[in-house]
Amino acid sequence: MSRVIAVMAAVTTVLVLAACGGDNSSSSRATLNFFIFNEPSGGVQAAAKQCSAASNGAYDIKFQYLPSQADSQREQLVRRLGAKDDSLDILGLDVVWTGEFANAGWIEPVPAAIRPAVTEKVFPSVLNTARFENKLYAVPIWSNTQLLWYRKDRVPQVPKTWTEMTRMAEKIGPAKGQIQVQGNKYEGLVVWTNAVIASAGTSILSGPDKIALDPVKTKAALAAMGGMASSPVAAPNIDTSTEDTARLGFESGSSSFMINYPFVYPSAKSNAPAVFKQLGAAKYPGIYPNVPSKPPLGGINLAVSSYSKHKAAAFAAIKCLIKPDNQLAIAKAGGLPPVRADVYDRPAINQVYPGFADLIRSSIRDAAPRPSESPAYQDLSLAIQDAIHPSSGIDPKNPGSTYDKLNDKVQQAIDRKGLL
Amino acid sequence: MTDKTRAERKLGFMLCAPAVIMMLLVTAYPILYAFILSLQKKDLRFPDESGFVGLSNYVTVLGSSLWWQAVFNTAFITVVSVAIELAIGMVIAIIMHRAIFGRGAVRTSVLIPYGIVTVVAAFAWFYAFDPGSGFVNHLPFIADDKAWFGGRFSSFAVIIMAEIWKTTPFMALLLLAGLATIDESLYEAARVDGASAWQRFTRITLPLLKPALLVALLFRTLDAFRVFDSIFIMTKGAQNTESVSIVGYQQLLSRLNLGLGSAVSVLIFVLVLMIATAFVKGFGTAVPKGN
Repeated sequence: MSRVIAVMAAVTTVLVLAACGGDNSSSSRATLNFFIFNEPSGGVQAAAKQCSAASNGAYDIKFQYLPSQADSQREQLVRRLGAKDDSLDILGLDVVWTGEFANAGWIEPVPAAIRPAVTEKVFPSVLNTARFENKLYAVPIWSNTQLLWYRKDRVPQVPKTWTEMTRMAEKIGPAKGQIQVQGNKYEGLVVWTNAVIASAGTSILSGPDKIALDPVKTKAALAAMGGMASSPVAAPNIDTSTEDTARLGFESGSSSFMINYPFVYPSAKSNAPAVFKQLGAAKYPGIYPNVPSKPPLGGINLAVSSYSKHKAAAFAAIKCLIKPDNQLAIAKAGGLPPVRADVYDRPAINQVYPGFADLIRSSIRDAAPRPSESPAYQDLSLAIQDAIHPSSGIDPKNPGSTYDKLNDKVQQAIDRKGLL
Repeated sequence: MTDKTRAERKLGFMLCAPAVIMMLLVTAYPILYAFILSLQKKDLRFPDESGFVGLSNYVTVLGSSLWWQAVFNTAFITVVSVAIELAIGMVIAIIMHRAIFGRGAVRTSVLIPYGIVTVVAAFAWFYAFDPGSGFVNHLPFIADDKAWFGGRFSSFAVIIMAEIWKTTPFMALLLLAGLATIDESLYEAARVDGASAWQRFTRITLPLLKPALLVALLFRTLDAFRVFDSIFIMTKGAQNTESVSIVGYQQLLSRLNLGLGSAVSVLIFVLVLMIATAFVKGFGTAVPKGN
């Protein structure tokens, strides 16, 4: 018995000593916890390392990785912020979370002193995603947009609209002509829905709590979605497909078209060299032949937690992280598009996006953001997913019932009434 | 009451007190807090708009078609999976009970699925049935491009199969414990009287197994009613496959609407209590009175 007590005492002593030694930062160097998903290329980590070294001992950036799916990232962040956890300093936010986080009081407005430096030459479409009620709450670090990827050997002429693309694919046949999109019941479906509705010339909201959804244009958009999704050329797993399943489907060679982010380019290069040789990129498809499309807008904005104990140092770190050189380096490492328009003028960008750097630039410039001006964006997202999923169930000849459902659900989300 | 019994009783209370206090802290307090929250308008994203709203959150939940859909889904999964588990579990239990050699090996191998963490099992089933990565579509008589999670019926089928695979061993184990308590001499006597195997099963095994059977059913029903992991991983509630737990999760963790989410949680708690009460009532009459 006495031996057991002795062992327990020894263990306790070791634990107590270890606890003391833990955060014994006698220097004034601030450790900034950077909560962001683990972007596998290491570009952000390299930028953070450089910034920490260049800060002359002011701060040290430490990565705390979030899950890879956007929904799970948000859940982990909001749970900590809801509990006023002060161990979060810099937050990597999806572009649609700014309104929600700012309204809840979880993130700090960007101080006036660094505002000019962090907004200079940033695409207005991107900068809008970092604002809430005309105040800047976040700093864009990289943007993202979707392109139409196609097989050069199977597609003689690039389609301009969804309907045209569906027809072309049907001509190639379901064995090789499949179309890959993101149709699972998650944020990716909202990205798709918003882009087609915007491309038809209307929008989901007009203001934080006012529904837009022009009936004629929205129905045209829904008919194009349903027409594609219920066609035999839609990927067989369309109702559960995500960015990654779409990529895998395309790399397998069964598909001639894919809607996806530029990360598929380096991926195909290393995973499917034969497919990569035939890979072409074009602008996101539209709804009407003569109306240019409004591609989706994604990306990451950096914000500082309201509960952080090192706010000044965190903003200084953000200012360093988003420098044009770092944006270019991050693009080189992981293919993530820069947010500053002038970075696209540098010759080095053509190594990252050979032959389609201008396409990405114009795509981001023309992009239609999701209706994230609403602080209840998450409700809106769930409502849209509920109304649209499964996209293969939208009747292209009679999209009216889906339109009514979408309208009702969005209104319910704006009113924040009922279960979702 | 003598001084001695009084002192003993006092000692008894003191010895129990820490456990009682602990139980109150870890179970009663959260339940009470959830109930208080369910009477409020409280949304973490809108910190300025909060206040007492009475039963309006309950009215919202009970008036929602999504809630009733989820209740139906949950009941459907529970009834189907528990019924199949009971049948298969009984067969496995009898095999384990009668196994002459390799008893230990049989029991251990049957228990393997139950030992796997539910979320891991859900991922395994999800990937097995995924048209891209799964092997199921390569099996004979199954279409190569069958999208299992693209339809409501097939989604439910996979979810229920995963539940059955995972928890049948638990059912079998409980039934095996019940079988072990039955006196062998009863069977011998029945054999002497010329009872067939089916008669021995229905006249001896089932009646004497009733208490164990009811405990197994109660445990599994309550367990199945909480179904969350399998649905969360496989469909996240798509194709109208939401269970009540998924609805609660959406309100609490995705929407951060603590008021509405707590109302959902309290209603789930009430449903669980109702199931438990129904079983215990049935169970109470089934226990043989004294010896």
